[in-house]
Amino acid sequence: MSLAHRIISCLDTDGERVVKGVNFVGLRDAGDPVALAARYNAEGADELVVLDIAASRDRRPTFLETIRRVAAELAIPLTAGGGIRTLEDGRAVVRAGADKVTVNTGAVERPELISELSREFGAQAIVLAIDAKRAGDYWDVMVRGGRESASRDAIDWARMGVAAGAGEILLTSVDRDGTRSGFDVALTAAISRAVTVPVIASGGAKSPEHFVEIFQEGAADAALAASIFHDEVQSIRTLKQFLAARGVEVRLPC
Amino acid sequence: MKVTILDYGAGNVPSVERALQRLGAESLRTGSPECISNADALLLPGVGHYAALVRALDEKKLRAPLVDAIHRGVPFLGICLGLQVLFKSSEEASQLQGLNLLPGIVSALPPGVKLPHMGWNQLEKKRESSLLAGIDAGGYFYFAHSYAALDSNGEAAATCSHGAEFAAVIEQKNIYAVQFHPEKSGDAGARVLRNFLGLAA
Repeated sequence: MSLAHRIISCLDTDGERVVKGVNFVGLRDAGDPVALAARYNAEGADELVVLDIAASRDRRPTFLETIRRVAAELAIPLTAGGGIRTLEDGRAVVRAGADKVTVNTGAVERPELISELSREFGAQAIVLAIDAKRAGDYWDVMVRGGRESASRDAIDWARMGVAAGAGEILLTSVDRDGTRSGFDVALTAAISRAVTVPVIASGGAKSPEHFVEIFQEGAADAALAASIFHDEVQSIRTLKQFLAARGVEVRLPC
Repeated sequence: MKVTILDYGAGNVPSVERALQRLGAESLRTGSPECISNADALLLPGVGHYAALVRALDEKKLRAPLVDAIHRGVPFLGICLGLQVLFKSSEEASQLQGLNLLPGIVSALPPGVKLPHMGWNQLEKKRESSLLAGIDAGGYFYFAHSYAALDSNGEAAATCSHGAEFAAVIEQKNIYAVQFHPEKSGDAGARVLRNFLGLAA
């Protein structure tokens, strides 16, 4: 009897439609978030993440409406974010029905954002999203959708974020994102061992073996993927059966 | 029968409302003392900080009508913080008084494991449980918390372990409480809510 490793499905949206690109560029349409959310809820996903990767101010009401519609489909936890800069942005996302809020660039620019949100909603509701990219002998934190360097060591930033009140880290390897060449095991293990909160590994998943590897060697508490689930390269149900057979504790859908 | 959901301004009330709706139950969201006094069944959801919940109960003058209703035998379901507030106090805000309806206090989960305890975990049944009726022994429930009732395992209907064993399901007369989030726990969670509705009917 112990905590199951979580499989999380992610919907990257332009506020309204699910989109997907490679290494954060070349976006293409990948479907309706509400229909996908309902499918993952039924397939046995442990959580759902919905991100507004465009995060433009004038499309924010559209994204909040998307959160409301997605939340209505779910009997599992929902995390939402993208472009969260202020306490008020975070409040709007929670009020729309998200259980957790992700912060990324907004927290790098103003780390107090993490503590403000954590004080109001509790650490369990604050997910620090870190986009990390290998830079010589360390991993650099990338901001603005993975396009710009923040010139900050990802391990240091993870520790700072947790000290400020983040209750979970969503760690995306910018090098692996969209490549389907496997999660970044070294990066995930380094961050997971450096912090006391759960770490969600993201970027690069394709085969079921990639998931076994990230849980057993990468010390990930949860693993997130998007396009392989949307495109039905991998079904969550068969993935979980595979993991269980390999000795990874998961919640099997009935 | 209608379930009165205490809305103190911080909990994730909409997800609880939706979960009840899916079960065909009528619910009323309220922050008024009168509505609590008139309730057929009460539900206290909770996420966030213990202090925020206790302060809100006092500022909105909900403490007395809530305790009165529970003493009168009105079926009550506490979720997460809604379980923790039933005890005397919590280490999360030790200067504040809980509802003191159950003996014991709420403590921090010990270090050495990833905290918050976040994700899907299984229960260990300690006695017959009405809330868990019809649910497989291996069922998983969604938890998201760093504090728990660690010294009340003897009175719990079921416990869970993460660094330490803690009360996950409490059933004492008309007081029902769960440390996990049934509204976020898929089919197993829906069954817990349905069982509560059956008990309250």
